[in-house]
Amino acid sequence: MSMPFYVAPEQVMKDRADYARKGIARGRSLVSSVCADGILICAENPSNTLRKVSEIYDRIAFAGVGRYNEFDQLRIAGVRHADLKGFSFSREDVDARSLANQYAQILGQIFTHEMKPMEVEILVAEVGVTAQRDQLYHILYDGTVVDESSFCVLGGDAEAIAERLRGSWAPDLDLASALTGAVTALAGPDRRLGADDLEVALLGRDNGRRTFGRLEDDEVAAILGDAGGDQTDGSTDGAGSPAAVPPSDDPVPGDGDATGQTPPVPPGSDDDPTAPPAS
Amino acid sequence: MTLPLFSPGEDPGPDFAELLRRAALVAPAPTTMVSDALRVTHGTTVVAVRYADGVVMAGDRRATSGNLISHRSIEKVFPADRYSGVAIAGAAGPAMEMVKLFQLQLEHYEKVEGAHLSLEGKANQLSQMVRNHLPAAMQGLAVVPLFAGYDTRRAVGRLFQYDVTGGRYEESDYASTGSGSLHAGTVVKIGYRDGLDRSTVVDLALSALYQAADEDSATGGPDVLRGIYPVMATITAEGFTRVDDDEIAERFTDLLDHLRAVRSTTTSGGAPS
Repeated sequence: MSMPFYVAPEQVMKDRADYARKGIARGRSLVSSVCADGILICAENPSNTLRKVSEIYDRIAFAGVGRYNEFDQLRIAGVRHADLKGFSFSREDVDARSLANQYAQILGQIFTHEMKPMEVEILVAEVGVTAQRDQLYHILYDGTVVDESSFCVLGGDAEAIAERLRGSWAPDLDLASALTGAVTALAGPDRRLGADDLEVALLGRDNGRRTFGRLEDDEVAAILGDAGGDQTDGSTDGAGSPAAVPPSDDPVPGDGDATGQTPPVPPGSDDDPTAPPAS
Repeated sequence: MTLPLFSPGEDPGPDFAELLRRAALVAPAPTTMVSDALRVTHGTTVVAVRYADGVVMAGDRRATSGNLISHRSIEKVFPADRYSGVAIAGAAGPAMEMVKLFQLQLEHYEKVEGAHLSLEGKANQLSQMVRNHLPAAMQGLAVVPLFAGYDTRRAVGRLFQYDVTGGRYEESDYASTGSGSLHAGTVVKIGYRDGLDRSTVVDLALSALYQAADEDSATGGPDVLRGIYPVMATITAEGFTRVDDDEIAERFTDLLDHLRAVRSTTTSGGAPS
């Protein structure tokens, strides 16, 4: 006759947290930062079709790192929540704070009651009329909500990236500088990320009703000042394809103001940008 | 309002109408005939015409309840999404609801799936909505929309007409629906040529609505006193664009001048001088 072993609740929670953290650390990271034009979200994502960043509602975006199927399920639930709320009440009544709380409830519930926690970290961002009213909610695998007002880093190597971003971030940066800063922080000192390795989206403050827009590879390349200089793959065939979600207006970043500080190019360093080391 | 999460087998997919049913937000259709004494508001005449760059849609502004005018400035032409528009005639309440639901459905699909529906797919969606509305239509709340859009894959403007059963009929040149549709349609039919330019087609649609208002009491003509003019929109490769009220006012003045000039040469049946 076997008796179930007693495991201390502290141990259970710690094991689950370690498990989730490990899963998240395997993936690549993501940066979101408030700038003059709106909220920039920049993810390291070589795929052109499987998105980490997407539109939830008129002024709200979603971003996730970790297990794709898990955060995509959360994304769709968020779209449904927002659309149902907008349908029953008014479009103005849909807000990021209540959605972030809903996500926190679900993630907390799953973390404590299910066998396996969700291996995700998500971001809910809402662009305001002014930068002071922008909202960033960073929600962890256990349902912890962190409210940020300037920038936010999700993923395994978050602390190091946040440290680098802290150096370049300033209120009211223009889009080009914000993007350059975000990419430099994501890449770190030893790597260089090209437009093909990135997924970039902007919740544009002045984008009309649907503020979410993606920046295509060629726009990103123009800002990063590496058009044609990408050594991993010379062709930018993905650049001409239409955006998967082109909303009402595509954001036009300061038409490729290529004066952004180009990061130094360590030769051969970006061949296979591996995931940040799990610590 | 909780987060709508579904198990994989129960997932409604990108279908917003189904999601609403799951959330129990759909009102039941009336089970008996809606009495005339309730004076349900009705919207009237709308037309859509194909031209060189795409499609133009136009609708008058009047809503009636029986013999009374209930609203002078309602709108019956709406953007469905960036590249398509929907125009409605019939019971105004359910029609507005259908438009709202249709707009949301297209946006919801786009967000959930990360891709646009094809124009055919959008037309089919609307068809299903009209079909689902049939029980209410049988009780006197019929809604008959027009759908038009720019097919970005084929680079042409296309338009679709419906009946109350959800029947969907693609028209090659023009379509009209509502109480004044017979007159408006005839005017468009006579003036229509292949590949009209924007200016001509806007004048044609305006004239069609004017003539419909002249013959049909439920259709409102341009109201110069209050500055209320038909709602018109063009749908082209640039997307859905409302025609400016000032432009319509100007074109209407020209139309009146033209009609006055014609009239001065045919003075039969005039008032005693």
